[in-house]
Amino acid sequence: MSVSPGMSVSQMSMAAIQWVGFRTIVIREYSRIVRIWLQTLMPPAVTTTLYFIIFGSLVGRRIGPMQGIDYIAYIAPGLIMMSVITNSYGNVVSSFFGAKFGKHIEELLVSPLPNWVIALGYVCGGLIRGAMVGLVVTAVALVFTYMHSHHLQVHNLGVVIAAMLLTSAVFSLGGLINAVFAKNFDQVNWIPSFVLTPLTYFGGVFYSVDLLPVWAQKLSLVNPILHMVNAFRYGFLGVSDVSLASAFAIMAACVAALFIWAIILLNRGAGTRD
Amino acid sequence: MHALSVRGLTKTYRNGVHALKGIDLDVEEGDFFALLGPNGAGKTTLIGIVTSLVTKSGGTVGVFGHDMDRELGRAKSCIGIVPQEINFNMFESPETIVVNQAGFYGVERGLARERAEKYLRQLHLWDKRKEIARSLSGGMKRRLMIARALMHEPRLLILDEPTAGVDIEIRRSMWEFLRTINEQGTTIILTTHYLEEAENLCRNIAIIDGGRIIERDRMSSLLRRLHTESFLFSLRDPLAALPRLQGYRTVMVDDHTLEIEMSKEQSLNEIFSLLSAQGIEVLSMRNKVNRLEEMFMRLVENRAA
Repeated sequence: MSVSPGMSVSQMSMAAIQWVGFRTIVIREYSRIVRIWLQTLMPPAVTTTLYFIIFGSLVGRRIGPMQGIDYIAYIAPGLIMMSVITNSYGNVVSSFFGAKFGKHIEELLVSPLPNWVIALGYVCGGLIRGAMVGLVVTAVALVFTYMHSHHLQVHNLGVVIAAMLLTSAVFSLGGLINAVFAKNFDQVNWIPSFVLTPLTYFGGVFYSVDLLPVWAQKLSLVNPILHMVNAFRYGFLGVSDVSLASAFAIMAACVAALFIWAIILLNRGAGTRD
Repeated sequence: MHALSVRGLTKTYRNGVHALKGIDLDVEEGDFFALLGPNGAGKTTLIGIVTSLVTKSGGTVGVFGHDMDRELGRAKSCIGIVPQEINFNMFESPETIVVNQAGFYGVERGLARERAEKYLRQLHLWDKRKEIARSLSGGMKRRLMIARALMHEPRLLILDEPTAGVDIEIRRSMWEFLRTINEQGTTIILTTHYLEEAENLCRNIAIIDGGRIIERDRMSSLLRRLHTESFLFSLRDPLAALPRLQGYRTVMVDDHTLEIEMSKEQSLNEIFSLLSAQGIEVLSMRNKVNRLEEMFMRLVENRAA
């Protein structure tokens, strides 16, 4: 039951308040993504185009096939996933920290919405941005692979969607936790620059871990992004360096652990309440 | 029923500051209540705890019978807050800001849009509904925060310095609006540094200082306890010397202005007679300071002493 004319909020069930509140956060996040589309949707398209031109077309021709697949098609899933990761993270960290910085996070903190609804709303914003950017970058990938006469196949659409959503959720939650801790804009950029980018580049976006020495292969398995990229690549191409089951288990565990951590931080009022 | 009931409320910040040292306070449903105090007295901390922006160290808070420890969501759904600092997204439009705020309290978007029109019109912001909030004037921003706080039609409206930096014309129109809201049944708690505002609007008052409530009374009772009052008299002709007015403390502010302090038992007629007998003609007179301001200063100064 949602509030209707003549009915006061105090007469509504808390579940109804939470449902409307959750939808409102999601609508607000979606509106923000669309309103500033030049900052949110265009840059990944441009960056990925450059990757495809340089690594796919120019360098890729000399590299040859990877795991039996032409290099430009091989890197396409990784590049899509790289955009999903950075944009999911970036959306939540900038939106939540911006709200903290501008103090309008208080609009949510004084409302009857519990912290898990607030966290879920922001994570959904990250998922929407991740999905929208994923679609844009996939369109770019389709153009480049088509130009090279290698259609980007979809081996298992369910795996593609599940890997994308779980990965996006992991990094949306990461962005939320970063934003909770951040006290200034520098601290918003530290994790993407010094953690996310190296992990992504060493996460098998551009290569198969089979090319690495044994010790580096073992070390790479510690990197959760390797599992995410490979699960996603399996969905498109049917090849993977890691077990699909362990990849999904790692993603699900990361989502659960980060969600619990985020809720503990918000309940404690870390970075949000005095 | 108590709109707000606070018991033994304490707050110690991480830096060791004891902002609240055991506050007990009840605000009746339907009241227009003033919460006054000097800077740093603990007003904003108290409001912060009631709105859950500040975590309490001890004590209990109840809002319309909902204990904030057990029914936080229910208690918060009864409250609308107009904070001291501007805290909306400057890059959104007033309409978006108020409609979203309603949504955070469970109001569906269709109804929220209707209420947005109602409150933005009442607060003279309807013409500005599509403009970016950053471009609004200071007074408009303050009114936007009032509209936002009313979108879920709260039973308790808390206003923390709502008219700070607002010109007198807008301030008076905001007073009228708040009076109307209160007459319609909304309980209002107001903190302000404009004591004239509190005296004009509020029926009950609490004065907080040093983290404690030092006075809690009806506004009229508190003002009755003011035993003396000072008046300034503007004179037609310049004075050569201070006139002798038996039984009154008299100060010559300048050669055309006299300050006279009188107790409640004394009469203004007697002062006029004494002045007239000495050939002193009065052009006008006024209170030296607002009555509540005088009482407030005495209470706070007594405590400091």
